[in-house]
Amino acid sequence: MRKIRVLIAKPGLDGHDRGAKVLARSLMDEGFEVIYTGIHQTAEDIVRTAIEEDVDVIGLSVLSGAHMYHFRRVLELMKENGINDVLLIGGGIVPEEDKENLIKMGVDAIFNPGTSIQEISDFIRKNLRRPL
Amino acid sequence: MEKEELYKEKLEEWKKIYKKSIESMPERQEFKTLSGIDLNIFYSPLELKNFDYFENLGNPGQYPFTRGIHPTMYRSRLWTFREFSGFGDAIETNRRLKYLIEHGETGLSIAFDYPTLLGLDSDDPLTKGEFGKAGVAINTLEDMQLMFKDIPLRDISTSMTINGPAAILWGLYILAGESQGARRNGLRGTIQNDILKEYMAQKSFIFPPEPSLKLVIDTIEFGSKELPLWNPISISGYHIREAGATAIQELAFTLANGLTYVEKSVERGLDVDDFAPRLSFFFDAHIDFFEEIAKFRAARRIWAREIKRRFSPRKERSLWLRFHTQTAGVSLTAQQPENNIIRTAIEAMAAVLGGTQSLHTNSMDEAWALPTEKAVMIALRTQQIIAEESGIPNVVDPLGGSYYMEWLTDKIEDEVYKYFDKIDNLGGVIKGIRSGFFQREIAESAYRFQRDLEENKRVLVGVNKYKIDEKLEIPILRIPDELEDRHLRRLKNYKSNRDMEKVNFALKEMQKNADEKNLMPYIIDSIKAKATLGEIVKALKDVWGEYIEPVIY
Repeated sequence: MRKIRVLIAKPGLDGHDRGAKVLARSLMDEGFEVIYTGIHQTAEDIVRTAIEEDVDVIGLSVLSGAHMYHFRRVLELMKENGINDVLLIGGGIVPEEDKENLIKMGVDAIFNPGTSIQEISDFIRKNLRRPL
Repeated sequence: MEKEELYKEKLEEWKKIYKKSIESMPERQEFKTLSGIDLNIFYSPLELKNFDYFENLGNPGQYPFTRGIHPTMYRSRLWTFREFSGFGDAIETNRRLKYLIEHGETGLSIAFDYPTLLGLDSDDPLTKGEFGKAGVAINTLEDMQLMFKDIPLRDISTSMTINGPAAILWGLYILAGESQGARRNGLRGTIQNDILKEYMAQKSFIFPPEPSLKLVIDTIEFGSKELPLWNPISISGYHIREAGATAIQELAFTLANGLTYVEKSVERGLDVDDFAPRLSFFFDAHIDFFEEIAKFRAARRIWAREIKRRFSPRKERSLWLRFHTQTAGVSLTAQQPENNIIRTAIEAMAAVLGGTQSLHTNSMDEAWALPTEKAVMIALRTQQIIAEESGIPNVVDPLGGSYYMEWLTDKIEDEVYKYFDKIDNLGGVIKGIRSGFFQREIAESAYRFQRDLEENKRVLVGVNKYKIDEKLEIPILRIPDELEDRHLRRLKNYKSNRDMEKVNFALKEMQKNADEKNLMPYIIDSIKAKATLGEIVKALKDVWGEYIEPVIY
């Protein structure tokens, strides 16, 4: 069985990369293949990398308050590129109400600060859309 | 040590009782500080054999300033209550600043939005979605004037958290002050302007490290000549810590950065006594109460010793480590947010017991969004209760002389010196940044912290213990879209009412002199010609290029 491929990305101008890096490394420990983009990525960069790297999951980390814009952009570009079997998840400083709206828009899950790595990795395994 | 034999004898006796005691009641766990320092069950004079009061502590206001930089500390003047704020546009932030002043805040502290932090105007396509979210957007002199409308800059001190484009925001502030009639040499405040830690941790860098450092030294030189009451830099451990570093790494990397700035300023030809008294620091107050207090005490002592040893100043003030503190954002939990009030209170007490000069207390809702007015009020009241009710500020360095506190202060100092050696071996701070040393150290600590949580070796109340099902009903601060529209209209109007020839001339002059001369006067001239923040930064990027960091995790 192949490994699940996860892209962890930092969209926009936000430089808070602690969570993204810890998650990238921890998911590797959990047996995932992880690609981390580094900071200051546009939605175009992220979706391009996701296609090139043929990932199963895109995870966006946003702590700057600009989550609504960045998630919407990434969703749009995923649609434009006909990507419908890749999970889109995220984390950061996201108020409850925004979380609900993001889920309605098509984001698969938003994880708040304090979420355990176990919970995130279980979610990915359970909800994966592509065959392994 | 007097009576050493007696202490040893008593210790042997104690060990027997201890052994018996843990047979029936074993210790609950291993005991370490948050930085991972192993702790004894108690401390006694045996751990302080080489302790010398005057060598290690001195009285308050006396070298090596372990007990505080002033002889009277909070008996004469309390620390400055300074709540970090800013969101939306200049006009909205002006409203929040007035609210804080009205409720007893004694100094201002401005948070800028991400585009501003990276030197981009709000009409730049790269800034989409980011306007006013993490702070206020300031692009022009008009914005700066509006932010401080009816707030007399002659009387209040302002701290601005800005790094990459700090010189430009400072220029805007100086001119905004002058337009109110305040004289340049009377302006008081701080620009963070600590670019080295941006590469290590906060990641709001623009240019490569070398020209960035040159620009910082320009501001230090300019400040020493024209704004004698201004702190041209706030050498910051806060962001290093928040990115995952331990207390020891925070202190070691911050002081190493500080010493680099001093070295470079002296190389420029500045007299250490002309600028060192205006250097300021900024630390995190995390949740390990005693370790944080020890960190602040060690910070003052190491700085005083190293400045004295390396640069031999004549003024005693040059040896002072003055610092601002903010409670730990990373210690706040999204779960059961009211608990954050308690965490913040403990952290704030550590800052005060550590002798801080000013303090920001976080609000309980900040793991969700920028704080609401109500949450900010509680945070400010937390400081006021410590200051006015608790009795903590009555006596200087009340924990001085505690066996544990003195041992821990010494221990942190030793560990910091070990890092100094490592950094020297790497060839200094900039080489360490280029090779990813600091980034790796910080990422490693962050990772280890998370592992401890996952394995329940560390408890976070409400997160991995004492969890409840809760429906969160905390109000969230929203940034209305109208603020962005209003700001963009203002920017457009500003840009269409100026003489472009003058703008271009000023920017060209600045570019021509970017590497050879002090840039502050050229930046100020560009602002006077009505160049915007984004235009000035763009002109400098054309000369210096941009920094792309190596991805390390």
